[in-house]
Parts: sequence; C-alpha cells; structure tokens
Amino acid sequence: MSRQAPAVRAAEVKKINVELFTLTYGSLVAQLVKDYEETNEINNQLEKMGYNIGIRLVEDFLARSGSAKCQDMKDTADVISKVGFKMFLGITPTISNWSADGNEFSLILDENPLTDFVELPPEHQGLSFSNILCGVLRGALEMVQLKVEARFVKDALKGDDTTELRIKLIQKLQDEVPPGED
Amino acid sequence: MIYNFYIFNRHGTCIYEAEWTRPRKAQMSKEEEYKLMYGMLYSIKSFVQRLSPKPSKDGFYYYSTSAYKLHFYESPSGIKFVMNTDPTVGDIREILRQIYSNIYVEFAVKNPLCNLEQWIDSELFRDKLETFVQGLKI
Repeated sequence: MSRQAPAVRAAEVKKINVELFTLTYGSLVAQLVKDYEETNEINNQLEKMGYNIGIRLVEDFLARSGSAKCQDMKDTADVISKVGFKMFLGITPTISNWSADGNEFSLILDENPLTDFVELPPEHQGLSFSNILCGVLRGALEMVQLKVEARFVKDALKGDDTTELRIKLIQKLQDEVPPGED
Repeated sequence: MIYNFYIFNRHGTCIYEAEWTRPRKAQMSKEEEYKLMYGMLYSIKSFVQRLSPKPSKDGFYYYSTSAYKLHFYESPSGIKFVMNTDPTVGDIREILRQIYSNIYVEFAVKNPLCNLEQWIDSELFRDKLETFVQGLKI
C-alpha cells in the first residue's frame, strides 16, 4: 500500500510538450470553426466542453492538491490562480479588479499557452478562442458548491492589452436534501 | 476488520457498495438501506454543524456502537465515503482519503466511460479497490 503525501504525487505529474498541447487545442478549435458557422455557437461549444472537463478535473485537482474548503472568494481566487492554473497550465494569473462586495474578480493572464500560435481570422473576430477555460472554471467551481459565471472581458487576441477572465459568484450551493419518503 | 463500504455522489445516490464481512444481513432492501444511510449522514452532518461551538470545516469523522464503527470522509466536491469496521479500528480517514484520491479519482473520474451520476460499473475500479482493501492491516 502506498502512503504518498499529496505534495509527492503532485511532483510526479507527467508533462507533455507545450507545443503539442497548444497545437492540439488549436486543431480542436479549428474543427469547431468548421463544424459551426456562428461564432457565438463556437464559443458556446467551447464553454460546454470546458464545463464537462471541469466537473471531472476538479476531482483530480482536489486529490492532488489536498486543498481544504476555502473560507471566502479571496481564498478561492488564490487557490485557482496559484494552485489550479499552476498545476494544469503552468501559469499563475494575477488576481485583480475585485468588486466591492468581494463576489467578483478578474484573472489577468499575462501569458496564455493556448494561444501561442494564434491569430484570429477577420471573419471570426468575435471568437473567444480560450473560452474552454471559462467552462472549466464554471464546472470545477460548481462541484465545490460555488455557482459562478465566467467570461473573457479582454482578450489579447482581439487587440486588448491583456487577457482578462472575469469570475462572478452567483450563488453558494447547499448540500442536496435527501429525497423524502415515498 | 472491515465490514462494508459505500460511496455516495453529491446528489445522495449510492454509486458503489462493497461488502466483505457482514454475517447478519440488514432487514431491508438495498435501495432502502442506501436511502436511509444517506439520510442519516445528511442529518448527522447538518446537526453537527449547527451544534458546533466553532465553525468547523470537516463535519463528523465517525460514530461507534458496540458492534461496529462507521467512518465517514467527504471530499470538498461532496463525494461521500463510508466504511463500516469493527469498533476497535482507529482513525481511518486517511485511508478513505486515499480511496478517494488514488482509486475513485484515478479509475472512475478519469475513465471517460464512467458516468459519474450512476453506479460505478467498472471492473478495473472494483479490482483496484479490492486489492487496496485486502492490503490494509486493519
């Protein structure tokens, strides 16, 4: 029986070549662009795929990081950026632009491994290329009882100076009540 | 000695059960048993939280009777692991946590054919769990 501490397991993470990863994601988006004509629909599909990834990925994240429940959104933001993004994408986005009630914040992605070789074609200027990240965050956070809305408000691909992902807490979910007697 | 083991998902559905030593069968159907079990876990959890003099993160760890001890571990994502053992067994939360991170996550969550809302119908998962439990010195 192996008794490994979570930190030890995290160190064993297998790595893949970043270019292979970037190109794989790129071809996935390219295929979606072929399959769906509407830019909005492509964005939605990416978000949906991300969601389905997120609801499973969060378990891997919890198992590997061993992180406990967060006390507030500040905590959550820290864990997302410093542990989550670091673990899966090797980057640490900057947290900023907190709303006054502390329920909304931005992740500034100084670098984004998904978009290394990407240039948006003129007919798809509305494409949110990295929209899968929004879905992943929404799915993963929903599994830890936080219903959020995630969207890109700035995107370096569209000529903005930075890439900014906005996360807004909509509701804290409660444990599900057991079904009543039939 | 380990008696039996359940996994409940975040909706309170029993998605796995295994039995090792259970000479006296429960006086009810399996469905009834799972439903009662989840209802009890839910009630104890919420009662424990309301009664707690300090904010607690983890809920309860175990309860014990003269005949068995029920151990409980819940992942932050709400997957609940329950193991019944004989009352002399010590703290096995770490073992339940390992079942979560090394078996459930690796062989159920990462298996794309495994529907997370339903019973875990995977031989690989069953084998891994079986080997893990057989290797335990309790």
